Amino acid sequence: MGALRAMVAIIAREALRFFMQRSRFIAALVRPLVWLIVFAAGFRAALGLSITAPYQTYITYEIYIVPGLCGMIQLFNGMQSSLSLVYDREMGSMRLLLTSPQPRWWLLLSKLLAGTLISIMQVYAFLLIAYFIGIDFPALGYVAVLPALIISGLMLGALGLLLSSTIRQLENFAGVMNFVIFPMFFLSTALYPLWKMAEASTLLRDICAFNPFTHAVELIRFALYLEWNPWALTWVMLAFAMFLAGSILGYDPGKALIMRKAR
Amino acid sequence: MSAQQASPFGIDIRGLTHRYGAKTALDEVSFSIRRGSFCALLGPNGAGKSTLFALMTRLFVANQGHIKIGGVDLAEQPRRALARMGVVFQQPTLDLDLTVQQNMHYYAALQGISRKRATTRIAETLKRLDMDERASEKVRALNGGHRRRMEIARALLHEPQVLLLDEPTVGLDTRTRQAITQHVHDLVQDTGLTVLWATHLTDEVRADDQLVVLHEGRVVADGVCAVIRGKETLNDAFARLTGQSKARNA
Repeated sequence: MGALRAMVAIIAREALRFFMQRSRFIAALVRPLVWLIVFAAGFRAALGLSITAPYQTYITYEIYIVPGLCGMIQLFNGMQSSLSLVYDREMGSMRLLLTSPQPRWWLLLSKLLAGTLISIMQVYAFLLIAYFIGIDFPALGYVAVLPALIISGLMLGALGLLLSSTIRQLENFAGVMNFVIFPMFFLSTALYPLWKMAEASTLLRDICAFNPFTHAVELIRFALYLEWNPWALTWVMLAFAMFLAGSILGYDPGKALIMRKAR
Repeated sequence: MSAQQASPFGIDIRGLTHRYGAKTALDEVSFSIRRGSFCALLGPNGAGKSTLFALMTRLFVANQGHIKIGGVDLAEQPRRALARMGVVFQQPTLDLDLTVQQNMHYYAALQGISRKRATTRIAETLKRLDMDERASEKVRALNGGHRRRMEIARALLHEPQVLLLDEPTVGLDTRTRQAITQHVHDLVQDTGLTVLWATHLTDEVRADDQLVVLHEGRVVADGVCAVIRGKETLNDAFARLTGQSKARNA
Protein backbone atom coordinates (compact mmCIF):
# COMPACT_ATOMS: atom_id res chain seq x y z
CA MET A 1 0.00 0.00 0.00
CA GLY A 2 2.75 2.39 0.99
CA ALA A 3 4.72 1.30 -2.07
CA LEU A 4 1.83 2.03 -4.39
CA ARG A 5 1.26 5.39 -2.75
CA ALA A 6 4.91 6.29 -3.30
CA MET A 7 4.69 5.27 -6.95
CA VAL A 8 1.57 7.34 -7.54
CA ALA A 9 3.21 10.32 -5.85
CA ILE A 10 6.36 10.03 -7.96
CA ILE A 11 4.28 9.93 -11.14
CA ALA A 12 2.02 12.77 -9.99
CA ARG A 13 5.02 14.95 -9.15
CA GLU A 14 6.51 14.43 -12.57
CA ALA A 15 3.21 15.21 -14.26
CA LEU A 16 2.64 18.34 -12.17
CA ARG A 17 6.14 19.59 -12.86
CA PHE A 18 5.62 18.95 -16.52
CA PHE A 19 2.46 21.02 -16.70
CA MET A 20 4.08 23.80 -14.69
CA GLN A 21 7.02 24.04 -17.03
CA ARG A 22 5.20 25.01 -20.17
CA SER A 23 8.40 25.94 -21.95
CA ARG A 24 9.63 22.36 -21.66
CA PHE A 25 6.43 21.10 -23.21
CA ILE A 26 6.66 23.51 -26.09
CA ALA A 27 10.33 22.72 -26.69
CA ALA A 28 9.49 19.04 -26.71
CA LEU A 29 6.90 19.65 -29.43
CA VAL A 30 8.81 22.14 -31.52
CA ARG A 31 11.76 19.82 -32.09
CA PRO A 32 9.87 17.04 -33.92
CA LEU A 33 7.63 19.55 -35.67
CA VAL A 34 10.61 21.34 -37.15
CA TRP A 35 11.85 18.01 -38.44
CA LEU A 36 8.47 17.14 -39.80
CA ILE A 37 7.80 20.41 -41.54
CA VAL A 38 11.23 21.58 -42.63
CA PHE A 39 13.30 18.47 -42.96
CA ALA A 40 10.64 16.23 -44.44
CA ALA A 41 9.63 18.87 -46.96
CA GLY A 42 13.19 19.12 -48.22
CA PHE A 43 13.75 15.41 -48.38
CA ARG A 44 10.48 14.60 -49.97
CA ALA A 45 11.80 15.25 -53.43
CA ALA A 46 15.21 13.74 -52.88
CA LEU A 47 14.08 10.46 -51.45
CA GLY A 48 11.98 7.88 -53.19
CA LEU A 49 10.53 5.35 -50.83
CA SER A 50 9.37 2.02 -52.12
CA ILE A 51 6.69 0.04 -50.39
CA THR A 52 7.90 -1.73 -47.25
CA ALA A 53 5.85 -3.25 -44.45
CA PRO A 54 3.70 -2.03 -42.77
CA TYR A 55 2.89 0.32 -45.66
CA GLN A 56 0.67 -1.06 -48.40
CA THR A 57 1.02 1.75 -50.82
CA TYR A 58 3.46 4.47 -51.72
CA ILE A 59 3.77 6.98 -48.94
CA THR A 60 5.18 10.45 -48.66
CA TYR A 61 8.29 11.06 -46.63
CA GLU A 62 6.33 12.99 -44.01
CA ILE A 63 4.32 9.92 -43.22
CA TYR A 64 7.43 7.80 -43.06
CA ILE A 65 9.24 9.87 -40.46
CA VAL A 66 6.36 10.42 -38.01
CA PRO A 67 7.00 7.18 -36.05
CA GLY A 68 10.70 8.04 -35.93
CA LEU A 69 9.87 11.46 -34.54
CA CYS A 70 7.61 9.87 -31.91
CA GLY A 71 10.64 7.80 -30.98
CA MET A 72 12.77 10.94 -30.94
CA ILE A 73 10.43 12.59 -28.44
CA GLN A 74 10.76 9.58 -26.19
CA LEU A 75 14.51 9.39 -26.64
CA PHE A 76 14.99 13.03 -25.64
CA ASN A 77 12.57 12.66 -22.80
CA GLY A 78 14.20 9.50 -21.48
CA MET A 79 17.62 11.11 -21.47
CA GLN A 80 16.34 14.35 -20.01
CA SER A 81 14.29 12.96 -17.16
CA SER A 82 16.91 10.45 -16.11
CA LEU A 83 19.94 12.62 -16.56
CA SER A 84 18.38 15.57 -14.81
CA LEU A 85 18.82 13.35 -11.77
CA VAL A 86 22.55 13.79 -11.85
CA TYR A 87 22.64 17.47 -12.61
CA ASP A 88 23.25 19.46 -9.46
CA ARG A 89 19.84 21.01 -9.65
CA GLU A 90 18.11 17.66 -9.28
CA MET A 91 20.66 15.74 -7.24
CA GLY A 92 18.95 16.74 -4.02
CA SER A 93 15.59 15.44 -5.21
CA MET A 94 17.12 12.13 -6.20
CA ARG A 95 18.74 11.75 -2.80
CA LEU A 96 15.46 12.63 -1.16
CA LEU A 97 13.76 9.97 -3.25
CA LEU A 98 16.32 7.39 -2.23
CA THR A 99 15.71 8.02 1.48
CA SER A 100 12.17 6.73 1.05
CA PRO A 101 11.77 3.47 2.94
CA GLN A 102 10.45 1.74 -0.20
CA PRO A 103 12.70 -0.74 -2.02
CA ARG A 104 15.12 1.05 -4.26
CA TRP A 105 14.29 -0.87 -7.45
CA TRP A 106 10.66 0.09 -6.91
CA LEU A 107 11.55 3.76 -6.61
CA LEU A 108 13.60 3.59 -9.80
CA LEU A 109 10.81 1.81 -11.65
CA SER A 110 8.33 4.44 -10.47
CA LYS A 111 10.65 7.15 -11.73
CA LEU A 112 10.81 5.39 -15.11
CA LEU A 113 7.05 5.06 -15.35
CA ALA A 114 6.68 8.74 -14.52
CA GLY A 115 9.07 9.73 -17.30
CA THR A 116 7.36 7.39 -19.75
CA LEU A 117 3.97 8.88 -19.00
CA ILE A 118 5.28 12.37 -19.74
CA SER A 119 6.80 11.24 -23.02
CA ILE A 120 3.52 9.61 -24.06
CA MET A 121 1.62 12.83 -23.46
CA GLN A 122 4.15 14.63 -25.64
CA VAL A 123 3.83 12.03 -28.39
CA TYR A 124 0.05 12.31 -28.45
CA ALA A 125 0.24 16.09 -28.60
CA PHE A 126 2.63 15.72 -31.53
CA LEU A 127 0.36 13.22 -33.31
CA LEU A 128 -2.54 15.60 -32.84
CA ILE A 129 -0.67 18.46 -34.50
CA ALA A 130 0.46 16.10 -37.26
CA TYR A 131 -3.18 15.17 -37.78
CA PHE A 132 -4.12 18.79 -38.27
CA ILE A 133 -1.44 19.26 -40.89
CA GLY A 134 -2.82 16.32 -42.76
CA ILE A 135 -0.73 13.37 -41.57
CA ASP A 136 -3.09 10.82 -40.14
CA PHE A 137 -3.15 7.14 -39.28
CA PRO A 138 -5.93 4.56 -38.94
CA ALA A 139 -8.16 5.65 -36.06
CA LEU A 140 -7.50 2.50 -34.07
CA GLY A 141 -3.79 2.94 -34.66
CA TYR A 142 -3.83 5.78 -32.15
CA VAL A 143 -5.01 3.31 -29.53
CA ALA A 144 -2.78 0.44 -30.60
CA VAL A 145 0.29 2.63 -30.40
CA LEU A 146 -0.18 3.21 -26.67
CA PRO A 147 1.30 -0.11 -25.46
CA ALA A 148 4.13 0.30 -27.96
CA LEU A 149 4.86 3.76 -26.57
CA ILE A 150 4.84 2.45 -23.01
CA ILE A 151 7.42 -0.21 -23.80
CA SER A 152 9.64 2.03 -25.90
CA GLY A 153 9.40 4.84 -23.34
CA LEU A 154 10.42 2.50 -20.54
CA MET A 155 13.32 1.16 -22.58
CA LEU A 156 14.67 4.61 -23.43
CA GLY A 157 14.13 5.88 -19.88
CA ALA A 158 15.99 2.87 -18.49
CA LEU A 159 18.87 3.65 -20.82
CA GLY A 160 19.01 7.18 -19.44
CA LEU A 161 18.87 5.88 -15.89
CA LEU A 162 21.69 3.46 -16.61
CA LEU A 163 23.82 6.23 -18.07
CA SER A 164 23.03 8.51 -15.15
CA SER A 165 24.29 5.94 -12.66
CA THR A 166 27.40 4.83 -14.46
CA ILE A 167 28.92 7.24 -16.91
CA ARG A 168 30.50 10.24 -15.34
CA GLN A 169 31.44 12.03 -18.54
CA LEU A 170 27.82 12.36 -19.54
CA GLU A 171 26.94 14.86 -16.87
CA ASN A 172 26.04 17.56 -19.30
CA PHE A 173 23.42 17.40 -21.93
CA ALA A 174 25.72 18.32 -24.81
CA GLY A 175 27.70 15.15 -24.21
CA VAL A 176 24.54 13.11 -24.20
CA MET A 177 23.41 14.75 -27.43
CA ASN A 178 26.66 13.96 -29.20
CA PHE A 179 27.35 10.51 -27.91
CA VAL A 180 23.93 9.04 -27.28
CA ILE A 181 21.00 10.85 -28.86
CA PHE A 182 22.50 11.67 -32.27
CA PRO A 183 24.08 8.26 -32.93
CA MET A 184 20.97 6.45 -31.75
CA PHE A 185 18.66 8.61 -33.81
CA PHE A 186 20.66 8.81 -37.03
CA LEU A 187 21.75 5.18 -37.00
CA SER A 188 18.20 3.95 -36.90
CA THR A 189 15.22 3.55 -39.17
CA ALA A 190 13.76 6.82 -37.92
CA LEU A 191 14.80 8.73 -41.04
CA TYR A 192 15.45 6.03 -43.66
CA PRO A 193 14.34 2.44 -43.96
CA LEU A 194 16.93 -0.29 -43.58
CA TRP A 195 17.17 -1.04 -47.29
CA LYS A 196 18.04 2.58 -47.96
CA MET A 197 20.84 2.31 -45.41
CA ALA A 198 22.02 -0.89 -47.06
CA GLU A 199 22.48 1.01 -50.32
CA ALA A 200 25.04 3.17 -48.56
CA SER A 201 26.85 0.46 -46.63
CA THR A 202 26.04 -2.92 -45.16
CA LEU A 203 27.93 -2.07 -42.00
CA LEU A 204 25.67 0.93 -41.49
CA ARG A 205 22.69 -1.29 -42.11
CA ASP A 206 23.90 -3.81 -39.52
CA ILE A 207 24.46 -1.11 -36.93
CA CYS A 208 20.94 0.18 -37.55
CA ALA A 209 19.51 -3.30 -37.26
CA PHE A 210 21.28 -3.77 -33.95
CA ASN A 211 20.30 -0.40 -32.50
CA PRO A 212 17.42 -0.89 -30.03
CA PHE A 213 16.07 2.51 -31.01
CA THR A 214 15.40 1.14 -34.51
CA HIS A 215 13.18 -1.49 -32.99
CA ALA A 216 11.42 1.02 -30.80
CA VAL A 217 10.64 3.07 -33.92
CA GLU A 218 9.48 0.02 -35.88
CA LEU A 219 7.32 -1.11 -32.97
CA ILE A 220 5.64 2.31 -32.99
CA ARG A 221 5.38 2.34 -36.79
CA PHE A 222 3.74 -1.08 -36.99
CA ALA A 223 1.40 -0.37 -34.08
CA LEU A 224 0.19 2.83 -35.77
CA TYR A 225 -0.97 0.64 -38.68
CA LEU A 226 -2.40 -2.00 -36.36
CA GLU A 227 0.30 -4.44 -37.36
CA TRP A 228 2.11 -6.80 -35.09
CA ASN A 229 5.90 -6.78 -35.02
CA PRO A 230 7.04 -9.51 -32.60
CA TRP A 231 10.70 -9.17 -33.58
CA ALA A 232 10.84 -5.48 -32.69
CA LEU A 233 8.87 -6.13 -29.52
CA THR A 234 11.33 -8.81 -28.42
CA TRP A 235 14.29 -6.55 -29.10
CA VAL A 236 12.81 -3.62 -27.19
CA MET A 237 11.79 -5.80 -24.25
CA LEU A 238 15.23 -7.37 -24.13
CA ALA A 239 16.94 -3.99 -24.22
CA PHE A 240 14.60 -2.72 -21.49
CA ALA A 241 15.39 -5.70 -19.25
CA MET A 242 19.11 -5.19 -19.73
CA PHE A 243 19.05 -1.43 -19.16
CA LEU A 244 16.81 -1.77 -16.11
CA ALA A 245 18.97 -4.48 -14.56
CA GLY A 246 22.02 -2.34 -15.26
CA SER A 247 20.54 0.73 -13.62
CA ILE A 248 19.32 -1.17 -10.56
CA LEU A 249 22.87 -2.44 -10.22
CA GLY A 250 24.19 1.08 -10.80
CA TYR A 251 22.05 2.45 -7.99
CA ASP A 252 22.70 -0.47 -5.66
CA PRO A 253 24.18 1.05 -2.50
CA GLY A 254 26.49 -1.93 -2.09
CA LYS A 255 27.92 -1.70 -5.58
CA ALA A 256 28.72 1.94 -4.99
CA LEU A 257 28.71 3.00 -8.63
CA ILE A 258 26.97 6.21 -7.62
CA MET A 259 29.49 6.81 -4.86
CA ARG A 260 31.43 9.49 -6.69
CA LYS A 261 28.28 11.56 -7.12
CA ALA A 262 28.36 12.42 -3.44
CA ARG A 263 31.80 13.92 -3.56
CA MET B 1 12.57 -5.23 19.34
CA SER B 2 12.97 -4.55 23.05
CA ALA B 3 16.72 -4.36 22.60
CA GLN B 4 16.20 -1.74 19.90
CA GLN B 5 13.88 0.29 22.06
CA ALA B 6 16.30 0.02 24.95
CA SER B 7 19.18 1.51 22.99
CA PRO B 8 19.98 4.83 24.64
CA PHE B 9 21.33 6.21 21.38
CA GLY B 10 19.48 7.86 18.56
CA ILE B 11 22.52 7.49 16.36
CA ASP B 12 25.29 5.02 16.96
CA ILE B 13 28.23 4.79 14.58
CA ARG B 14 30.93 2.19 15.07
CA GLY B 15 34.21 1.79 13.22
CA LEU B 16 32.99 3.36 10.01
CA THR B 17 35.66 3.25 7.31
CA HIS B 18 35.18 4.18 3.69
CA ARG B 19 37.60 4.51 0.80
CA TYR B 20 37.21 5.87 -2.71
CA GLY B 21 39.85 3.85 -4.51
CA ALA B 22 43.08 4.62 -2.74
CA LYS B 23 41.76 7.66 -0.91
CA THR B 24 40.44 7.06 2.59
CA ALA B 25 37.46 9.35 3.15
CA LEU B 26 36.48 8.02 6.57
CA ASP B 27 38.84 6.21 8.88
CA GLU B 28 37.44 4.23 11.83
CA VAL B 29 34.81 6.84 12.66
CA SER B 30 32.90 6.07 15.85
CA PHE B 31 30.58 8.27 17.87
CA SER B 32 27.11 8.09 19.31
CA ILE B 33 24.38 10.57 20.08
CA ARG B 34 21.99 10.07 22.98
CA ARG B 35 18.31 10.13 22.21
CA GLY B 36 16.91 13.61 22.50
CA SER B 37 20.15 15.49 22.09
CA PHE B 38 21.67 17.88 19.60
CA CYS B 39 25.02 16.97 18.12
CA ALA B 40 27.00 19.30 15.90
CA LEU B 41 29.32 17.68 13.43
CA LEU B 42 32.02 20.20 12.72
CA GLY B 43 34.63 19.78 10.05
CA PRO B 44 36.37 21.76 7.36
CA ASN B 45 35.50 21.09 3.73
CA GLY B 46 36.79 17.72 2.67
CA ALA B 47 36.81 16.34 6.21
CA GLY B 48 34.45 13.54 5.24
CA LYS B 49 31.11 15.07 6.26
CA SER B 50 29.53 14.48 2.86
CA THR B 51 30.69 10.90 2.78
CA LEU B 52 29.32 10.34 6.25
CA PHE B 53 25.95 11.77 5.21
CA ALA B 54 25.91 9.68 2.05
CA LEU B 55 26.53 6.56 4.13
CA MET B 56 23.95 7.51 6.76
CA THR B 57 21.29 8.13 4.13
CA ARG B 58 22.29 4.89 2.40
CA LEU B 59 23.25 6.43 -0.90
CA PHE B 60 25.91 3.78 -0.69
CA VAL B 61 27.27 1.33 1.84
CA ALA B 62 30.48 1.71 3.85
CA ASN B 63 33.41 -0.63 3.35
CA GLN B 64 33.45 -1.35 7.08
CA GLY B 65 31.57 -0.46 10.22
CA HIS B 66 28.01 -0.03 11.41
CA ILE B 67 25.42 2.69 11.56
CA LYS B 68 22.44 2.35 13.87
CA ILE B 69 19.47 4.66 13.68
CA GLY B 70 17.24 4.50 16.74
CA GLY B 71 18.76 1.09 17.50
CA VAL B 72 18.17 -0.31 13.99
CA ASP B 73 21.17 -1.31 11.91
CA LEU B 74 21.09 0.47 8.57
CA ALA B 75 22.82 -2.40 6.76
CA GLU B 76 20.60 -5.13 8.21
CA GLN B 77 17.21 -3.44 8.07
CA PRO B 78 17.68 -0.48 5.74
CA ARG B 79 14.02 0.28 5.23
CA ARG B 80 13.19 0.29 8.94
CA ALA B 81 16.20 2.41 9.69
CA LEU B 82 15.35 4.89 6.91
CA ALA B 83 11.79 5.17 8.17
CA ARG B 84 13.16 6.40 11.51
CA MET B 85 15.16 9.14 9.88
CA GLY B 86 14.38 12.55 8.44
CA VAL B 87 16.98 14.27 6.28
CA VAL B 88 17.57 17.84 5.21
CA PHE B 89 20.12 17.88 2.44
CA GLN B 90 22.53 20.64 1.65
CA GLN B 91 21.12 20.85 -1.87
CA PRO B 92 17.58 22.21 -1.97
CA THR B 93 15.07 19.47 -2.65
CA LEU B 94 11.87 21.47 -3.02
CA ASP B 95 10.12 21.74 -6.37
CA LEU B 96 9.96 25.47 -6.88
CA ASP B 97 7.06 25.36 -9.32
CA LEU B 98 4.87 23.24 -7.09
CA THR B 99 2.95 24.63 -4.15
CA VAL B 100 3.99 24.30 -0.53
CA GLN B 101 1.25 21.75 -0.02
CA GLN B 102 2.13 19.71 -3.09
CA ASN B 103 5.75 19.49 -1.97
CA MET B 104 4.64 18.31 1.44
CA HIS B 105 2.27 15.70 0.06
CA TYR B 106 4.91 14.32 -2.27
CA TYR B 107 7.25 13.71 0.64
CA ALA B 108 4.52 12.24 2.84
CA ALA B 109 3.63 9.75 0.11
CA LEU B 110 7.28 8.79 -0.36
CA GLN B 111 7.28 7.94 3.31
CA GLY B 112 4.11 5.89 2.89
CA ILE B 113 1.87 8.13 5.00
CA SER B 114 -1.81 7.83 4.10
CA ARG B 115 -3.36 10.78 2.31
CA LYS B 116 -5.73 11.47 5.19
CA ARG B 117 -3.06 11.43 7.84
CA ALA B 118 -0.73 13.45 5.64
CA THR B 119 -3.37 16.14 5.20
CA THR B 120 -3.78 16.48 8.96
CA ARG B 121 -0.05 16.45 9.65
CA ILE B 122 0.66 18.98 6.92
CA ALA B 123 -2.03 21.34 8.16
CA GLU B 124 -0.63 21.13 11.71
CA THR B 125 2.91 21.64 10.50
CA LEU B 126 2.09 24.67 8.37
CA LYS B 127 0.12 26.19 11.20
CA ARG B 128 3.05 25.76 13.54
CA LEU B 129 5.31 27.49 11.02
CA ASP B 130 2.73 30.27 10.58
CA MET B 131 2.59 29.33 6.94
CA ASP B 132 -0.94 27.99 6.71
CA GLU B 133 -2.01 30.92 4.57
CA ARG B 134 0.73 30.19 2.09
CA ALA B 135 -0.11 26.52 1.60
CA SER B 136 -1.21 26.95 -1.98
CA GLU B 137 1.55 29.34 -2.98
CA LYS B 138 4.38 28.14 -5.14
CA VAL B 139 7.61 27.51 -3.26
CA ARG B 140 9.32 29.92 -5.64
CA ALA B 141 7.47 32.74 -3.86
CA LEU B 142 9.05 31.89 -0.48
CA ASN B 143 12.31 33.35 0.77
CA GLY B 144 15.35 31.21 1.59
CA GLY B 145 14.60 31.05 5.29
CA HIS B 146 11.02 29.92 4.78
CA ARG B 147 12.11 27.29 2.28
CA ARG B 148 14.60 25.84 4.73
CA ARG B 149 12.09 25.83 7.58
CA MET B 150 9.67 24.09 5.30
CA GLU B 151 12.24 21.46 4.40
CA ILE B 152 12.90 20.83 8.06
CA ALA B 153 9.19 20.58 8.80
CA ARG B 154 8.74 18.26 5.85
CA ALA B 155 11.53 15.98 7.05
CA LEU B 156 9.56 15.58 10.28
CA LEU B 157 6.20 14.70 8.69
CA HIS B 158 6.63 10.98 9.28
CA GLU B 159 7.64 11.62 12.90
CA PRO B 160 11.15 10.23 12.72
CA GLN B 161 13.29 9.70 15.81
CA VAL B 162 16.35 11.15 14.17
CA LEU B 163 16.89 14.25 12.05
CA LEU B 164 20.01 14.67 9.93
CA LEU B 165 20.86 18.10 8.56
CA ASP B 166 23.74 18.65 6.16
CA GLU B 167 24.91 22.28 6.35
CA PRO B 168 21.30 23.47 6.54
CA THR B 169 22.11 27.17 6.81
CA VAL B 170 24.24 27.51 3.71
CA GLY B 171 23.32 30.62 1.75
CA LEU B 172 21.15 32.19 4.47
CA ASP B 173 21.70 35.55 6.15
CA THR B 174 22.89 35.73 9.75
CA ARG B 175 19.51 36.40 11.30
CA THR B 176 17.81 33.58 9.47
CA ARG B 177 20.73 31.31 10.29
CA GLN B 178 20.31 32.04 13.99
CA ALA B 179 16.56 31.58 13.84
CA ILE B 180 16.89 28.18 12.20
CA THR B 181 19.59 27.03 14.60
CA GLN B 182 17.32 28.11 17.46
CA HIS B 183 14.33 26.38 15.88
CA VAL B 184 16.09 23.02 15.67
CA HIS B 185 17.41 23.32 19.22
CA ASP B 186 13.83 23.95 20.34
CA LEU B 187 12.67 20.85 18.50
CA VAL B 188 15.21 18.77 20.41
CA GLN B 189 14.06 20.30 23.67
CA ASP B 190 10.34 19.99 23.02
CA THR B 191 10.02 16.72 21.14
CA GLY B 192 12.98 14.59 22.20
CA LEU B 193 14.28 14.39 18.66
CA THR B 194 17.87 13.31 18.08
CA VAL B 195 19.65 15.74 15.77
CA LEU B 196 22.90 15.50 13.85
CA TRP B 197 23.75 18.92 12.45
CA ALA B 198 26.73 19.12 10.09
CA THR B 199 28.34 22.50 9.67
CA HIS B 200 31.63 24.28 9.24
CA LEU B 201 30.42 27.36 11.11
CA THR B 202 31.44 27.39 14.75
CA ASP B 203 28.86 29.98 15.81
CA GLU B 204 26.06 27.48 15.22
CA VAL B 205 27.28 25.27 18.06
CA ARG B 206 26.19 25.95 21.63
CA ALA B 207 28.17 25.36 24.79
CA ASP B 208 26.03 22.45 25.96
CA ASP B 209 25.70 20.75 22.57
CA GLN B 210 27.52 17.56 21.86
CA LEU B 211 30.33 18.29 19.43
CA VAL B 212 32.09 15.88 17.10
CA VAL B 213 35.00 17.32 15.16
CA LEU B 214 35.89 15.51 11.97
CA HIS B 215 39.22 16.12 10.29
CA GLU B 216 40.69 14.22 7.36
CA GLY B 217 38.25 11.40 7.86
CA ARG B 218 38.91 10.91 11.57
CA VAL B 219 37.10 11.99 14.72
CA VAL B 220 39.56 14.31 16.45
CA ALA B 221 37.23 15.40 19.26
CA ASP B 222 33.95 14.12 20.69
CA GLY B 223 32.31 15.57 23.78
CA VAL B 224 30.41 18.51 25.18
CA CYS B 225 31.32 21.65 23.29
CA ALA B 226 32.20 23.65 26.44
CA VAL B 227 34.62 20.95 27.55
CA ILE B 228 36.31 20.61 24.18
CA ARG B 229 36.92 24.29 23.74
CA GLY B 230 37.96 24.85 27.39
CA LYS B 231 39.02 28.44 27.80
CA GLU B 232 39.56 29.02 24.12
CA THR B 233 36.92 30.23 21.75
CA LEU B 234 35.47 27.42 19.69
CA ASN B 235 37.04 28.99 16.63
CA ASP B 236 40.52 28.67 18.13
CA ALA B 237 39.87 25.18 19.43
CA PHE B 238 38.60 24.14 16.02
CA ALA B 239 41.63 25.62 14.30
CA ARG B 240 43.93 23.85 16.75
CA LEU B 241 42.17 20.51 16.30
CA THR B 242 42.22 20.67 12.54
CA GLY B 243 45.72 22.14 12.28
CA GLN B 244 44.50 25.26 10.58
CA SER B 245 46.26 27.71 12.91
CA LYS B 246 49.58 26.63 11.48
CA ALA B 247 48.34 27.26 8.04
CA ARG B 248 47.04 30.66 9.04
CA ASN B 249 50.30 31.72 10.69
CA ALA B 250 52.48 30.46 7.89
